[in-house]
Amino acid sequence: MSAAMRAPAGEHAALLEVRDLRVEFPTRRGVLRALDGVGFTIARGEVLGVVGESGAGKSLTGAAIIGLLEPPGRIAGGEIRLDGTRIDNLPQRAMRQVRGKRIGAIFQDPLTTLNPLLSIGRQLIETIRTHLPLSEGEARERAIRWLEEVGIPAARQRIDAYPHEFSGGMRQRVVIALALCAEPELVVADEPTTALDVSIQAQIIALLKRLAAEHGTAVMLVTHDMGVIAETCDRVAVMYAGRIAEIGPVREVVKHPSHPYTVGLMGSIPALDRKVARLTQIDGAMPRLSAIPSGCAFNPRCPKAMAVCREAKPELRPAGATLAACHLYGAAHV
Amino acid sequence: MIAQLASRLLQAIPVLLVVGFLSFAIFTYVGDPVSIMLGQNATPAMRIAMRHALGLDQPFLVQYWRFMARAIHFNFGLSYRLALPVSQLLLQRLPATTELVMTSAVLALAVGLPLGVYTGIRPNGFVSRSIMAGSLVGVSLPTFLLGILLILFFSVLLGWLPSFGRGHVVDFAHWSTGFLTVSGLRSLILPSITLGLFQMTLIMRLVRTEMLEVLRSDYIKFARARGLAPRVIYFGHALRNTLVPVITIVGLQIGGLIGFSIVTETVFQWPGMGLLLVQSIQNADIPVMSAYLLLIAVVFVVINLIVDILYYVVDPRLRVGR
Repeated sequence: MSAAMRAPAGEHAALLEVRDLRVEFPTRRGVLRALDGVGFTIARGEVLGVVGESGAGKSLTGAAIIGLLEPPGRIAGGEIRLDGTRIDNLPQRAMRQVRGKRIGAIFQDPLTTLNPLLSIGRQLIETIRTHLPLSEGEARERAIRWLEEVGIPAARQRIDAYPHEFSGGMRQRVVIALALCAEPELVVADEPTTALDVSIQAQIIALLKRLAAEHGTAVMLVTHDMGVIAETCDRVAVMYAGRIAEIGPVREVVKHPSHPYTVGLMGSIPALDRKVARLTQIDGAMPRLSAIPSGCAFNPRCPKAMAVCREAKPELRPAGATLAACHLYGAAHV
Repeated sequence: MIAQLASRLLQAIPVLLVVGFLSFAIFTYVGDPVSIMLGQNATPAMRIAMRHALGLDQPFLVQYWRFMARAIHFNFGLSYRLALPVSQLLLQRLPATTELVMTSAVLALAVGLPLGVYTGIRPNGFVSRSIMAGSLVGVSLPTFLLGILLILFFSVLLGWLPSFGRGHVVDFAHWSTGFLTVSGLRSLILPSITLGLFQMTLIMRLVRTEMLEVLRSDYIKFARARGLAPRVIYFGHALRNTLVPVITIVGLQIGGLIGFSIVTETVFQWPGMGLLLVQSIQNADIPVMSAYLLLIAVVFVVINLIVDILYYVVDPRLRVGR
């Protein structure tokens, strides 16, 4: 896969282009800015990992892309383009033709994402028929093929079974079939393995990776599991407090992190091949949305904080082989 | 499934025995039918003769046993007041109450369910808020007051609709129906609104709450993420998931409708079982009261059975194992 860097504002024909995305939640005590100028691209067939602590805005970015922010959350600025066309301001009806058909979604907990009262076949067939001009019988055949493809044994016999008749791992396979059955160009997978048994996680990730490669589907993989990222993704974006701290090819981000936050993050992951006396940890906690520090949001926890870090928000700039939003790199013009 | 239904039916037997025992026990010690039937001027000899004729001089358990044994054959003895078989009285009154209750239930469902779905989908719209505010009236207005107000407006002031009775009824074998004549249907309007309004608002508020809950769930979010049409999401996915609690409440409420019909039937002089019960209570007509209570118990048992069957139909998770 291409490890080539893509400039965030470049004219490169990316499949998905997110530029300066801002998401806000109006509350009684003022507007909370949950995403503050997030920008990245995903090329066709590329797997982009998105990592960060809880509340960093990973899932929110995914929700904004598929146009399903929970009210009162709203996109307050920036734009999202799919294949060059803006999709962040589409009317509901047009956005429905994007969801499922062009952008699929996989959610965290397969125990709750399937409707318990409808058979999995019913849910697949209605999704297929929503997006493709197929008869009931053709859609059923396609549903069976998809169930076979995601590894449901005896798919033809089990298509009329209900979600509760499947295990968690099997249900996540069904969810993947549902997300991919209309062959979208992009899949937003929001922590697809977090709710699963550790022994199942690797299988699901491998399945997702294989299907994406076979169908040329780009994937935005939201997770907080660096192991999954390292194994699966082409590039990775590290998020912190609603902004992207660092983005670049997985190998570079893992081996040579530039942003102090990424450095801390990598230092806190146990590795099997190295013996370290002690895992490092990042002191403090990520700030709440209502109390984000001025300048770089990471500055109170940053071991290398400088005066400028408390005054100016750093933009993404080249730092080694990655892009990092840190005043350590490049001239900070305040 | 059949085994479970059979066990449900078996469970119903002790329930009915207990209800029969209670109703009989309570009413045996309430009032004195003999003095009511014979009046103030009866001689002691007349009283004793009457007690003996009615079987009231027998021991309590014997009376209960006789009562239950006859009840199984739908024989509840003679009404103290009218000297007619109680079963015949009840059967005469059954169609009026059944038609009233069914019309009210259908009305409550047909209006309450769509309104509940609508207000659940658009919880913050002006129309929804107005409906919700209006529904408070339905929840809090007592049945008798609503009935009297409706009579005042539509019968007395406007003169559009009859204020009492069933209008013309047509007899089919033992069933007299008001559904087939214009005056029968006109007579049905006010009582069924009176009886059904509370249930309607209750169903509406329940469906709304359930819809709000279900629409927040992950599977609805996932259905949206698959680009399904709102109509499919609301009615195919969401409404279905609200049905289990709704079925429970509607089932209980149909029992409640029969109970509330006592008030409504009194207000509208509707010749149903409720009115019969009120007249019987006024006259300490024990056989009628006992039979009525048992009948209501049977109705509740049957409704619960239907509710259980509907659970199986709606929720596949209940179909396998227990």
